[in-house]
Parts: sequence; structure tokens; C-alpha cells
Amino acid sequence: MSDTVLEAIHINKYFYDPVKVQVLTDVGFSLSRGEFASVIGKSGCGKSTLLYILSTMDTDYEGDLKIDGISMRQKKEVELARVRNEKIGFVFQFHYLLNEFSVLRNVMLPGEKLNKRTTKETESIAYEKLKILGIEKEALKRPNQLSGGQKQRVAIARALINDPLIIMGDEPTGNLDKKNSEIVFDIFRELAEVYHQSLLIVTHDNEFANRTHRIIEMEDGRIVKKGGMG
Amino acid sequence: MNVKLIFDVAMSLLAARLKQTVVAAIGVTFSITMFIALLSFMSGLNDLLDGLILNRTPHIRLYNEVKQAEHQPVELYSKGSPQYNFISSVKPSNEKQQIRNSAAIIDAVKKDSRVAGVAPKVVVQVFYNIGTTSLTGIINGIDVAAENRLFSFQNYVVAGNYMDLQNIPNSIILGIGAAKTMLVNPGDIVQITTGKGDHVQLRVVGFFQSGILDIDKVQSYTSLATAQKILGEANSYITDIQVKLHDLSLAPAMAKQYQQLFSVEATDIQTANSQFETGSFIRTLISYAVGITLLIVAGFGIYNILNMMIYEKMDGIAILKATGFSGGDVKRVFVTIALTIGFFGGLLGLLAGLGLSATIGQVPFETASLPTVKTYPINYNPTFYVIGGVFSLVTTYLAGYFPARKASKIDPVIIIRGK
Repeated sequence: MSDTVLEAIHINKYFYDPVKVQVLTDVGFSLSRGEFASVIGKSGCGKSTLLYILSTMDTDYEGDLKIDGISMRQKKEVELARVRNEKIGFVFQFHYLLNEFSVLRNVMLPGEKLNKRTTKETESIAYEKLKILGIEKEALKRPNQLSGGQKQRVAIARALINDPLIIMGDEPTGNLDKKNSEIVFDIFRELAEVYHQSLLIVTHDNEFANRTHRIIEMEDGRIVKKGGMG
Repeated sequence: MNVKLIFDVAMSLLAARLKQTVVAAIGVTFSITMFIALLSFMSGLNDLLDGLILNRTPHIRLYNEVKQAEHQPVELYSKGSPQYNFISSVKPSNEKQQIRNSAAIIDAVKKDSRVAGVAPKVVVQVFYNIGTTSLTGIINGIDVAAENRLFSFQNYVVAGNYMDLQNIPNSIILGIGAAKTMLVNPGDIVQITTGKGDHVQLRVVGFFQSGILDIDKVQSYTSLATAQKILGEANSYITDIQVKLHDLSLAPAMAKQYQQLFSVEATDIQTANSQFETGSFIRTLISYAVGITLLIVAGFGIYNILNMMIYEKMDGIAILKATGFSGGDVKRVFVTIALTIGFFGGLLGLLAGLGLSATIGQVPFETASLPTVKTYPINYNPTFYVIGGVFSLVTTYLAGYFPARKASKIDPVIIIRGK
């Protein structure tokens, strides 16, 4: 069990506006350390909704969520923020970098928030992560001076800064062209294979999903194919 | 908490909307400036107006009142017998207005640590003679040096040198109103008649102007010795002992104490001049009300700008929350922004307020009734600056708190999905 990083147990989720609609039905699966999994499904099938529950940002659901073996159900807002900070790295469709800070500082922000290391140490780690992603030369630029692909790589570096248990992605290649999508995918695969990083990526790009280690397929709020062992 | 990080994030957001931030800060600066200038000016004016009376009034005045003896002789006779005496037309006892044993009282009062100073006085009722007409007047025999030290006597002497009272025998400083009526100039001789009918000639060495016409028509000053000589009394003859305290608020209690201790009459300044405090209070209240109103308006400015900032920076807030900043952290970021605006705006406002009040203090302000005042009075009380500073921080904090709370409640899911 110590190898399980994330476990969803009988998760049900409803939307109440305008009428009560069940968007997730009895979703349950688990993800092991080092697994590179993708969640696919048609748009509206609830895959993003599931991701936000798994990421602890959405707390309005039934069932239980365990991250690193610890239940997230009873945790307070501040504690959940701490879990996100320490154990989860995010890559979104849009990069969401803060233009007021340099690229390096953007990467450092979650690390500074965690406050486990000195600023100097965080800075050198941030450099390291940028180096892994091949954009260390842009470290001192502002995000708005970078190309779309570069920005997304900065966002991945930011997700990596605290050496998270799991990286979650919501259509991370959705805004990128073929070439940059390829780069991002290769980075993800390298992270999984070389660094044994767990990844859970929501995508509607079947080509992308097919190359991941495991495909979780959703339809109408249910998991129809779990893939892998979980 | 990671204060530096919160501060850095706050500053980056500030830098992103620098123009609006500056405008908000200017709002605070302006209101604090006006607050300081208004209070300094109002308070200066208050002090001036109160000073017209209060500075020249002793905090405690000891005197001997003309009154009926408390125990009539018949009581001695009827003592012990079941008898009640009705006495009609009781006359005051035949006593001088002099304070008995004045030298000892003055010594005792001077030793009191609460007392700033003591000045004896002899009040003489006289008539100023102008040809065949006589004007009523009051001559105050004063200890010139003590009077000047405690009651700024020289500030009200508009012509001549006040020390001449002491240096030139038989000299008088006439009230300017009386002097005008008598058409005399410094160096002239005036003749007065005492209550007993004695004629005395005195040399005018200066004019006195208090700013209150009725006083200036009647009051004149001479030295203690001259006053005693006019009355034909010994040099222990004192009618009033004026006491000035370090702390004015102690006056009522001390007056009572002295009254018992020295068996004389004693009045305190609060009882004698209660209306002045009311006036000052109202004026101060108005100044504060205007100042606070200005600050509240500035507060709304800050509120608006922060709201706008939150809408513009929704993405940034969402990602901060997604990557581990709690709602509390986000709130602290925006409160920090507000307080930064308040701090720098307020600081600048305090400096500008000092500048503005100093400028007002240079504007000429001359009025016949206030001979010593040449420019508008300003009170540079540090308390105003402390209050102004605290107010600017409190208002900006409140103005920032509500937008900050809103920001802290932003749901990152909605924003991230919305793209």
C-alpha cells in the first residue's frame, strides 16, 4: 500500500444548478508511485471535475480521497492548501504564470510558500528544474517574453519545485502546437521513467493518452476502463 | 508565516497597477494632510482663544471675601440655652480685604510640588481723574517678575517696557481703553483718587491691551509696593494670591484643600471659566469629524482599486491557491497591499500636513484685540500626527479587508476551468 500515492474511493459528485445532476458516479481507482496515467473521455464526461476533486481544490463530493494514504475528507482549507503545496504539482491548459515575477521566481513561489528550504536553496533547485526542462536560459526573463511552449515548460518546472508526490495535468498540451505538445509529452515521460514521478493527466487527445502507461477512460461520470492494475 | 513571500507577492501586484495605487495613496495623503492641517489650525485657534482668558487667569485664586461673620456675638451669649436667634440686617464684619498671614501662605503654597508658581496681587478700586470727571478703574498691584513669568504679562504691554513698573517709582501701565479716554501718552502723569478719597499722581510708563475691551477700559497695573502705598497699607498687605499649577485639571480639588488649610476663599479656573472648555470641545469635534470624513472617502478609493485589482488578477490568485497558498495567505496579500498604500500615503500626508500647517502659520493674521499674534496660530501637537497615522492605517486596513476577504474566497476551480 505504501506504493499507492492516490486513491479515490466511491466518489460521487452532484451539480445543483439549476437542477440536481449527478456528474460523477461511484468513481474509484488508485494510482501507484511512478505511474504515468491519463484520463480520457468525451468532453462533459466529468474528467476535469474528477481532477479537481483529486487535487483537493473541490471539496464538495461524496466518498473519500486518500493522498499518500491520508484521507482528505476531514481536512481544513489551510491543511488542504498545504497538501497541494507539498504533494501535488499542477500543469493546466493555460500556463497561469505571474507576469510581475521573473520566470525563476514563478518557479520558486510554491517552494517559498512551503518554506522548508532557504531562498538560496529554493533558487538553486528552481534552476535545476528549469535545466531539466531545457529553459534555464530564460530564467531571468518575464513570462510574457516567452513563447507558448516555453511558458508551459516553466509551468511544469513550477509543478516540480517541491518534488511532489504526483503531478496533475488538465489538458496540459491543449493550447500547444504539435511540436510543443511533443516536447511536453517527452518531458512527462522522462519524469515518469527517469525520476519515477507519478503523473495523472486529463486529456481528450487520444494520441497523447495512448502513449502513456495507463489509460483511465470515463463516460458519463463513470470509469469504464481502469487500465493498469488499479 | 512566510512574511517576506506574502510581501513580495503584494508588491508585485502593487507594481502591476502602479498608477491606480498611486492615485489611491494620493487620496490618503490628501485626507491626512487636511486632517493634520485642520486639527493643527483649529487647535492653535482654540489655544489662542482660550489663552485670551485662561493664560491670564490663575488656576487657583486665594482671596478674602467681604461677608458676614459666621458666628454672631449673640450666639456666644446664648450658648447652651434652648434659644434660637433671629438677627436681621446683618452687616459684614469690619475686616480688610487683606489675606491674613499672606507671607506664610505664599511660602507654603510655593513648597507644594504641584504648584508651578505663585504671584501675589493687590487690587485697588480707584477713580481715574480727567479734569472734573472721574472714571472708575481697578489698579492691580503686581509682582512684575512673577506676573510676567506666570501670566506672560509682557505680551499684553503694547507700549513701553513692562519692567519700568518695578524700576520707576509711582509708575502705572494703563489699560489702552482708559488711556485713549484720558488722552495720555507714556511719560504723562495721571491722577487717581482712591476709595478713601486720597489723591495720588502716577507716571504712565506703558499701555496694556488684553484684547477684551471692557477689561482694557478699567484695568491698570502698578507694582505691588505702589499699590500698597496708594492704599496706605503695610507691605504685607495682599488681597489676592494667584496660583498656577503644573496640571490644570487638579485645580478644583486643590482649591478646596487650600480653602480649608488657609481659611481663605479659593476659586479654581474650571469653575470660573467653564464655557471655554465647551467651545474648544465643539471646535475639536468638528475638526475630527471633517478629518475622518476625508479619510473614509479615501478608504472607498482604496476599496475600489483593490476590487479592480482582484478582478484583474483573478488568474494569479487562482494559481496561487492551486499551488498551495491558503485563503488566509491571499487575504494577507491584499491586506498588505492596502496597508502599504495606507502607510506610504499616510506618511506623505503627515509630512504634507506639517508643511501645510507651517505654511498657514506664516500667513499674516493681525487683529487689534490680539496684540501679540502676527500670524495664524498653529498647534504642532504630536498627538495629531499619531492619530492621523493610526487613522490612515485603520481606514486602509478596513478598506482592504473586505476585498481581501473576497479574494480569499475565490474558487480556483471556477477560474481555471473558465479558460
